[in-house]
Amino acid sequence: METNQTKNAPTNVVGKPLDRVDGPAKVTGAARYSAEISVPGTVYGVLKTSTIAKGRITSIDTSRAAKEPGIITILTHENLPKPAKTPQQVEKWRAAQSYLPMQDAQVQYAGQPVALVVADTLERATQAAALINVTYQAEAPIDSFHDPKAELFDPQKIQQGKKDSHVVRGNPQQAFDGAAIRHEATYVHAINHHSPMEPAATLAVWEGADKLTVYESSQNVTMHQGALADLLGMPREQIRVVTKYIGGGFGCKGSFWPHTILTVLAAKAVNRPVKLALTRQQMFTGVGHREDQEQTLKMGTTADGKLVSLVHTKRATTSPWDNYTESNGKILDMLYACPNYSTTYELARANVMTSVWMRAPGEAPGSFALESSLDDVANQLGLDPLEIRLRNYADYDHSNGKPWSSKSLKQCYARGAELFGWDKRQAKPGQNRRGRLLVGHGMATASYPVHSSQGTARVRLFADGHAVVEAGATDLGTGTYTVMTQVSADALGLAPEKIRFELGDTRLPTAPGSGGSVAAGTVASSIMAAAEDVWDKVVKMAVADKKSPLYKAKPADVKVELGRMFLTKDPQKGETLVAALVRSGQPDIEGSGTGKYGAGYEEKNFGQNGADPNNDSKEKKTGGHSMHSFGAHFCEVEVDPDLGTVRITRWVGVHGAGTVLNLKTATSQMIGGAIYGIGAALMEETHRDASFARYTNADLAGYHIPVNADIPEIKVEFVPESDPYINYLGVKGIGELGMVGVAAAVGNAIFNATGRRLRHLPITPDKVLEALRQPA
Amino acid sequence: MTEPITPDTPAGGPGKPANDGSRRTFMKQAGGILGLALAPPFLSQAERLTALSRKVEGVSALSLKVNGTVRTIQAEPRVTLLDALREYLDLTGSKKGCDHGQCGACTVLVDGRRVNSCLTLAVMTQGKEITTIEGLAKGEELHPMQAAFLKHDGFQCGYCTPGQIMSGVACVQEGHAGSEAEVREWMSGNLCRCSAYPNITAAILEAAKSS
Amino acid sequence: MNNFSYYQADKAKDATSAKRADKSAAFIAGGTTLLDLMKLNVENHDQLIDVNTLPFRGVEMTKNGLRIGALERMSDVGEHPLVVKNFPAVSQSLLLAASAQLRNMASIGGNILQRTRCGYFRDTAFPCNKREPGTGCPALEGDHRNLAILGTSEACIATSYPGDLSVALTALDAVLTLENAKGKQREVPITRFYLLPGSTPQKETVLEDDELLVAVTIPQTVAAQKSLYLKVRERTSYAYALASAAVGLEVQGGIIRAAKVALGGVGTQPWRSPEAEKMLVGKAPSEAVFRAAAEAALRGAKPREHNAFKVEMAQNTLVRALSEVAA
Repeated sequence: METNQTKNAPTNVVGKPLDRVDGPAKVTGAARYSAEISVPGTVYGVLKTSTIAKGRITSIDTSRAAKEPGIITILTHENLPKPAKTPQQVEKWRAAQSYLPMQDAQVQYAGQPVALVVADTLERATQAAALINVTYQAEAPIDSFHDPKAELFDPQKIQQGKKDSHVVRGNPQQAFDGAAIRHEATYVHAINHHSPMEPAATLAVWEGADKLTVYESSQNVTMHQGALADLLGMPREQIRVVTKYIGGGFGCKGSFWPHTILTVLAAKAVNRPVKLALTRQQMFTGVGHREDQEQTLKMGTTADGKLVSLVHTKRATTSPWDNYTESNGKILDMLYACPNYSTTYELARANVMTSVWMRAPGEAPGSFALESSLDDVANQLGLDPLEIRLRNYADYDHSNGKPWSSKSLKQCYARGAELFGWDKRQAKPGQNRRGRLLVGHGMATASYPVHSSQGTARVRLFADGHAVVEAGATDLGTGTYTVMTQVSADALGLAPEKIRFELGDTRLPTAPGSGGSVAAGTVASSIMAAAEDVWDKVVKMAVADKKSPLYKAKPADVKVELGRMFLTKDPQKGETLVAALVRSGQPDIEGSGTGKYGAGYEEKNFGQNGADPNNDSKEKKTGGHSMHSFGAHFCEVEVDPDLGTVRITRWVGVHGAGTVLNLKTATSQMIGGAIYGIGAALMEETHRDASFARYTNADLAGYHIPVNADIPEIKVEFVPESDPYINYLGVKGIGELGMVGVAAAVGNAIFNATGRRLRHLPITPDKVLEALRQPA
Repeated sequence: MTEPITPDTPAGGPGKPANDGSRRTFMKQAGGILGLALAPPFLSQAERLTALSRKVEGVSALSLKVNGTVRTIQAEPRVTLLDALREYLDLTGSKKGCDHGQCGACTVLVDGRRVNSCLTLAVMTQGKEITTIEGLAKGEELHPMQAAFLKHDGFQCGYCTPGQIMSGVACVQEGHAGSEAEVREWMSGNLCRCSAYPNITAAILEAAKSS
Repeated sequence: MNNFSYYQADKAKDATSAKRADKSAAFIAGGTTLLDLMKLNVENHDQLIDVNTLPFRGVEMTKNGLRIGALERMSDVGEHPLVVKNFPAVSQSLLLAASAQLRNMASIGGNILQRTRCGYFRDTAFPCNKREPGTGCPALEGDHRNLAILGTSEACIATSYPGDLSVALTALDAVLTLENAKGKQREVPITRFYLLPGSTPQKETVLEDDELLVAVTIPQTVAAQKSLYLKVRERTSYAYALASAAVGLEVQGGIIRAAKVALGGVGTQPWRSPEAEKMLVGKAPSEAVFRAAAEAALRGAKPREHNAFKVEMAQNTLVRALSEVAA
């Protein structure tokens, strides 16, 4: 039998635009999200959060609150049961914020939990929390890296030690100084909040003194299980985390936040199941955010627009304890053919919670700087924006010298331009009018890496022709339920209705969470590995079975496709897996396997063949090829020069993302990515009052995300792309890709419409009016 | 495909508040586990005014006609319709996204009009017809709006979906689904962070055509 | 939300008397402002008096103009043929506000009495002179991007009325009918209904404790029939105005005989501009005349660091509205 290698095996339902298998549950209201699980005896937890951003709690008066009827307990730092460890005491704490509130009287950020009320109804718990009187000794907080009290420092490492704060390739400053064209600009990105529609929620159920079940709105049940095990000092297997449905996450539910452990501790304290959902307001100080940041990019090119240097620095706000910042530099390093590059991160501590990855972390703001500057240079040189990108096309990854595993960017450019009608674009800015409105066209490149990942899955094929497939993954709305059903169906040659795919439970085989766009490719690979295990077992049964057409064949001569085993040299000779299983008398057969995604997959299957031996970068060990998805966005805007409003009127996105598992759900995800980016480009900004270090618009009326009326028809296409190196089915993640470059495409279109470059996101009407007052 | 997790007990588990000693007495519950009981047959509007007390204080019996069935909960007057549905009646299809009328996830129909149930007091909906997402399908047969959402992939995570669908049903009934632009504007009270907007619009236009 | 008792009044007098007897009580109609603010503990009431069954309904033409019962819902009034035809600015201001759901819920009276969206007012962690007199106004030096540039004081710069309807009503000289616990009605022009913040920003209207807003009457004029409401916001729908303008023009023989101008989103109250109207009346409509009127309207503006853009935006909004209505 052939083993774990990408095969261009025939498909039946993979790739088809199947309706979501979880769709009926979602459109009928039957799908239960974490706070909707009904467990008898459940009581309600509500957090009380700090009004100040820095200082000490001097007293907490709970007497009025305790008089509310139905109050079961009020927990504060004075009586909350202590966890076995705090995150700071955990050796390898990887789950974002390392600070756990309510351990002492300190207050370090506004909105930090200071008490937790448990009551018999939500109304009573909520009001009791309001009645708790906390007295503080407040100190002047630091609100951001802009604060005069803030000190920028070199963190050396960012993201919990995972990345260096300086990366240098070549001699970027010298190259910039000597460049024919020198462009320098600073880009500002506002604080953004993920704002999934479902607020984060925890339902903690102690099944015994040392046995815990947590229904959590989690993008990664394994991460939540591990973090809880660390904090509680319990073996992982004693903790079960379940997430059957999750109402969006976009990164904020892929980390561990205080409310989860506080709810678990409260449930222990009251010896009853406790359910706690953050309020929408608490979502702004409870589950991280995209940090406020500023990037300066020096771009040097030749007189014909070829990049010679990129010198990038980023300044951003971080929390008092962690050195988290998005790694914006990554995409600048690899997107184009540029021989000299550097990035430097500088952080300042402020009284804010730890920021965290938010859809396309690093790539989204990083590409805004890169793609806007490139657009400026193109305009300066009189080059079409598409042309300058082609002139700088990277035939290999210049960040590490490796060849691409696959790259279809030129096809994306060409097809996108055709769909959009790019050739009709007016090159000179400010020339295209529609009545009073200025019309502009812009484009930008998208890319996102194939991160290394792995996971396991279990496949159980029943003799009656159905199968149960299991992996502890999650479905954020990304379609995991559906696409894995399709993958399983083809692996076993069954109709999708005959597959039950289970996810979202730590009792299932460990799979990666939904994050970094790794879920689809990894889980699909895991299922294929598990299916191969089943194939292997059934083939062995068949070749030993006199009644089988494959009797006495060598297993190595047997191939399996779409659930049918046959002789490679004589495909007519064979039978289905199910037929052999039925004859065996066994009611079912089970297989399991580990699937790899990205570099690990390549290393296992291809060795280090493609690696450049002279390349001493860190990425060398990750395999022979550089692995990325690519795409191109094209955008039309209308700018009202009197009112400053910007409306997106047309959008085209064309992407090369390997094998598309389900055209319908994949298209939806790319549309969603574009709109997420449009939000960041035009309206999303959380305002933090500088004196109070507290948000002033922490709700969905104040923090604007796009509404239906903001969005025109969006055309999304995928170009055919086959990639043997990245995983079993050649799948590249698409969760982030659709958002990368979006803000730049919008900004570039606004430039084309107005002749003004807006480098400060979001591009709200006030900024447009201000820009229009300046000379073009 | 997984089954949704179903409750281990009848609905209403967590919702029963303890008696706070208010002067209203509890309605006796005939066999209703955990705070639920079927109320007398639905009352007409005229009967309602005399049958239901004009003054409600503390935990009281509130009768809500949801999806054609009158159900009684024991709840304080501050309980919103959304919480009454989700926490007292275990009808969790209506979603809480913001609790302040800023997202539309809680949209239900009251006497045929779409409203934000998070800003509606349950006590004020007594005697009215409340329709939630759970009341839309006829048995296994999806409502045309539900079917259109499924076909056009008008959702991803699904959390805003019941609100979108209820709002979409009303949008068509109101006569505000005549064009793409009209649907977009009249559906702007329902946020979708996964941003299925183009698909939602397509689904509503199709459902409008077939209705 | 604090626990309250609920009382369904079936006579106006019962409602207003109950309110007079209980200083902490509040009337509830749609509840969209009230419950929002009670959930934030910005407002706390121990009794809610449901006024929905009171007879303050109906949209009808009277000799004084169009009379709208205060309990009518925004959606119904916004699409009412009499309103659409005779008072387009009113219809537009209603239908451009909030969402379809909220418009189905919110009453006309409640809309007129809605409260500011100032983030400092809405979050009890902040000081706020409007919410807790004497505690200060952090918005002065803080995040005031959405706040007012006209009618402000050192105590408060909130756009006390953040909505749309009252801007149109202010332009069109609407009159509000108020009824007190004695059953006595009085009529107050909307232009005198709202109060400037001065040193008492907590006092937002002339409404007395026991008074209920029962009706709105809009005089029927040529300018009202030729009126328009234009709203500028950060997203296309479901957002409050950064700036808005309600305008009505009566043009005869190429000359503006009557002009009605009010601005929203820029004043501490819906901002009627007699200065702009004066610049318009007697002139032939032209962009230059509109521009001069817009400049006059904003002459008294006191912009701050983050809301200075509103001067130009409001001027341009007004010019655009006038141009469109004159076209």
